[in-house]
Amino acid sequence: MRIARLLAVCWWFQLKQMTKAGLFVFTSIIEPLIFATLAYYLFKAGHRPGTLLYAALSAGLMGIWTSTLFGSGGAINFQRWQGVLEPLVASPPPYALILFPQTLAAASIGLYSLASTLVWGRVIFGIPLHFVHPVAFAISIVVTIVSLGVLGLVMGASFILYREANALSNMLEFPIWIVTGVIVPLSLLPGWIHPLSWILAPTWGYRAIHNAALGGNPWPGIGIALGLAAVYFVIGQAVVVAFERRARERATLSLV
Amino acid sequence: MRIFFHGGYFSYRALFNWQSPRFYVPTMLAGPAFQVLFFAYLGRYSHVRDDAFYVVGNAVQVSGMSGVFGVAITVGGERWTQTLAPLLATPANRMALFLGRALPHIVNGFIVSAFGFAIGRLLLDFHPGLGTIPELAVVVLLSTTTCTAFGLVVGALGLRWRDVFTIANPAYFLMLLFCGVNIPLSALPKWMQVVGSGMPLTHGIAAARRVAHGASLSSVDGLIGKEALIGLCYFAAAYVLLRVFEAEGRRRATLELV
Repeated sequence: MRIARLLAVCWWFQLKQMTKAGLFVFTSIIEPLIFATLAYYLFKAGHRPGTLLYAALSAGLMGIWTSTLFGSGGAINFQRWQGVLEPLVASPPPYALILFPQTLAAASIGLYSLASTLVWGRVIFGIPLHFVHPVAFAISIVVTIVSLGVLGLVMGASFILYREANALSNMLEFPIWIVTGVIVPLSLLPGWIHPLSWILAPTWGYRAIHNAALGGNPWPGIGIALGLAAVYFVIGQAVVVAFERRARERATLSLV
Repeated sequence: MRIFFHGGYFSYRALFNWQSPRFYVPTMLAGPAFQVLFFAYLGRYSHVRDDAFYVVGNAVQVSGMSGVFGVAITVGGERWTQTLAPLLATPANRMALFLGRALPHIVNGFIVSAFGFAIGRLLLDFHPGLGTIPELAVVVLLSTTTCTAFGLVVGALGLRWRDVFTIANPAYFLMLLFCGVNIPLSALPKWMQVVGSGMPLTHGIAAARRVAHGASLSSVDGLIGKEALIGLCYFAAAYVLLRVFEAEGRRRATLELV
């Protein structure tokens, strides 16, 4: 019960804090709208009108990754700048249980992206919002956000040691969009990329969301995304403990 | 001249905090390279144009990583580092002061852009003739300069509004939409074409695409002229904004607010 309360309070606090930051308003709303518009005109110019809902949906999913990336990558750095990283690490609960709700909040902020691109597509471009499996669509979104939050835990944990986390965040936005097939089908990518995409939970989450919205079986994607999220959680906890210990030994925890 | 060169150099060394290889490689080289690849694959999927269209468009646009973000950091960054008030208290020529800050980013933007072209050449179906490279370099250098002028406007706005990235981020990404980087201008609504024609890079990218296909520099002189004129307008706008915001900051005593 205490752990559930800790997770809920940290998640809610981080969510409120992020919604007030200009950077997250941009990454979760403005940037996805720019990409949704770009994808709309691009697909329209390529005479692929059947893919317009796909474009709006994919732009929203891209936004979820961007929010997760900058939120998780920045979580530890923000704590460093605010001078609260050391007290948080020294507090009684395991640090993984403090970091995870923060990365989950970053992924949750991505819901704004999805909502804004779908509403934008409907209102501005008149794209009909007809989802083939609405219940599975909702479930697949929740599962994808949880799996991204756990991926963020692994990523954020590695940034305990790497102080230039922002640089990695700047770099990782496009490659994950490519590798997970969020908007470009994996079949168009070189074969050697496929195994890499299979071990990424967002690949399966995105696939489940696309299938639930546009037609297809979403359940295998949901199941695999959940399974991978569980594996990431175990890895994330171990990584947090290992990196926290190294940072304490090298006295680099609070270095900005 | 001393303020222009030395001031620009020291500003770059002091304020451009992405110059360490641990920042520079992921942010200024790897990130833009992945942008080129992403849009080339998106282009293949959308069946709009070939790889060369996306490589040229994005390789020129990624110069904005330096031209927009770099300039925003070094000009807008004066506020965070609390050097803005002492800087504006000096009698130094403002034109030399701020144009000097733009110079390192023009060079940097050119390097970023060249790396984007190299990635396109190595990994995608983009094979311009060797003879086109010098002329392509001239167009890219001009485009990088106009993009940096645009970045100076963003940096100037960063002196007025406290978080410069709130302006720099949309500025960079809107270029992807309006400047014909990934969508042919003809496929956009009229109002977007009008906006795009007044933005940096639009004419430079169009010229670079033709030059990459073998056209001579003289055959795209109209596009080059427009790009240069737009760049001059942005430099002038940046100068005016910097002076206005300087005067306003003094009057309202807001120069040191972070």
